[in-house]
Amino acid sequence: MENPAIDVAYVAELARLELTDEEKSVFQPQLENIVKYVEKISSVDVDGVPPTLHGHAVVNALREDVVRPSMDREEALANAPDRTGDEFLLPKIVEGAES
Amino acid sequence: MSELYKLGIEEAAKGLEKGDFSSVELTRAIIDRVHEHDGEIGAYLTFDEEGALAAAKVADVIRSGKNAASSSQALLGIPVAIKDLINVRGQPCTCGSKILKGYVSPYDATVIKNLKAAGAVCAGRVNMDEFAMGSSTENSALGRTVNPYDTSRVPGGSSGGSAAAVGGDLAIAALGTDTGGSIRQPASFCNCVGLKPSYGRVSRFGVTAFASSLDQVGPMTKNVTDAALLLQGLAGHDEMDGTTPDIPVPDYAKALEGATLKGVKLGLPKEYFIDGLDPEVKAITDAAVKTCADAGAEIVDVSLPHTEYAMAVYYIVAPAEASANLARFDGVRYGHRSDKSDNVFNLYARSRAEGFGPEVKRRIIMGTYVLSSGYYDAYYGRALKVRTLIRRDFEEVFKKVDALIAPVAPTAAFKIGEVQDPLTMYLNDLFTIPGSLAGNCSVSIPAGFTASAHLPVGVQFIADAFCEDKLLRIGKAFEDIVPPVRG
Repeated sequence: MENPAIDVAYVAELARLELTDEEKSVFQPQLENIVKYVEKISSVDVDGVPPTLHGHAVVNALREDVVRPSMDREEALANAPDRTGDEFLLPKIVEGAES
Repeated sequence: MSELYKLGIEEAAKGLEKGDFSSVELTRAIIDRVHEHDGEIGAYLTFDEEGALAAAKVADVIRSGKNAASSSQALLGIPVAIKDLINVRGQPCTCGSKILKGYVSPYDATVIKNLKAAGAVCAGRVNMDEFAMGSSTENSALGRTVNPYDTSRVPGGSSGGSAAAVGGDLAIAALGTDTGGSIRQPASFCNCVGLKPSYGRVSRFGVTAFASSLDQVGPMTKNVTDAALLLQGLAGHDEMDGTTPDIPVPDYAKALEGATLKGVKLGLPKEYFIDGLDPEVKAITDAAVKTCADAGAEIVDVSLPHTEYAMAVYYIVAPAEASANLARFDGVRYGHRSDKSDNVFNLYARSRAEGFGPEVKRRIIMGTYVLSSGYYDAYYGRALKVRTLIRRDFEEVFKKVDALIAPVAPTAAFKIGEVQDPLTMYLNDLFTIPGSLAGNCSVSIPAGFTASAHLPVGVQFIADAFCEDKLLRIGKAFEDIVPPVRG
């Protein structure tokens, strides 16, 4: 942990989250504080300790691969911010392409 | 038949069974009470009154067709307030966030399916910290909830609406969710029983995910018996949630019969009695320990040596998982979409910017950071290993004791606006986080009131995973000696 200073603007971009300048200046010291706090785990000896990924170890919850009815299309689309026919409508993704 | 809203599940079920009142009358009593008092408390975000009364009517018809009383009828016709991140078909599900304003659930969560099958009336939706991130419900973007015991104070959080509804007699019972203390801390603040079941005991299918390796749904009730009855309706294997093992669900109400503290070994973890613990809360916890000892429990001093690292582990693991879970809120399929976007990147970034509140943004950034290239091993990877050490601490003590007794939160309810710094707010979960990381079960039970401001304070019992029956039995024995004092 050589560089604990979190770069809030950069990380927000990774998270697809637009921040105002004011938010950046408020979050920067707050998050530095939190990062500094969580640094305390660096002093724990974890040599040979396996990770815990869940509250308890359930592995491979399997069931028969049977086709079952899923959510009705109209219901799935009912909360869509925008749609065209049976699809979600989005702004064009490829620059210069016909939309 | 007045003041039916004061009843808990068990009492209400008895009254319904005897025909003293109908579910429609009970539901009407809650609706009237909400009309009269919730303007001040702000527990509910929405209440489908028509739907509630229709469901109550159905419950009354079912009940009239049944003969002998059975425990499976305990929830028939009982209105239950639902935390606003649990999907109920046809109802809003905002998670306390602007990003889900206007969203209507297309399906029932498994817990709702179970409750509806048991005949419960699920129609009132209660406030919460946005996406369950917070300890005061002040992070809700959609409304302010105050503590029914002192309206200048917070109800706790994130299940603050659930706690205020039950504590303020605006509900018979409620569902909350707990990731790091979100059931137990508000229960303590609002004089309720709040049970966080073991990880995997209750399905999360249809419950908006915050931190998936920690989240649990649990009951928030007026007494321990009600918690047992409501948990019965929630618990069990669900093939829609792969983390729910097919372990038999005990009869929780039956487990309470003849509850006693005699011979019960209770561990007193020294790491939970630290400088930051408010003296009044400490005094109430000490008194609870003495009560248990006087009733025949054997108090054993124990140590959970990695406790001091639990909060650091949590504030790496929970935001990391949240940052991944909340990636689904991108303005594409549901939820808020920014109208100021001209390409897909902006559509994501601006929809999220406009939809999320400050605490959610902070945690997404924190979570993204600890998972990002160059930091993953030092933070997230290492936190998972320390989590193992915390889990092992509990495994060791549960070889020696039946349960642990500890404070729930370092303080009683604090003033609205009093805690501004995020890290200081996080300290509320100091005593609830370790158990969450270990995946065991724990319950907050009313233990007394502070002398200075007369605020309720709960005591926490923690038991090993899938030992809810034992935990509730201990809780019931404690409650029999320290009966709940209603406001």
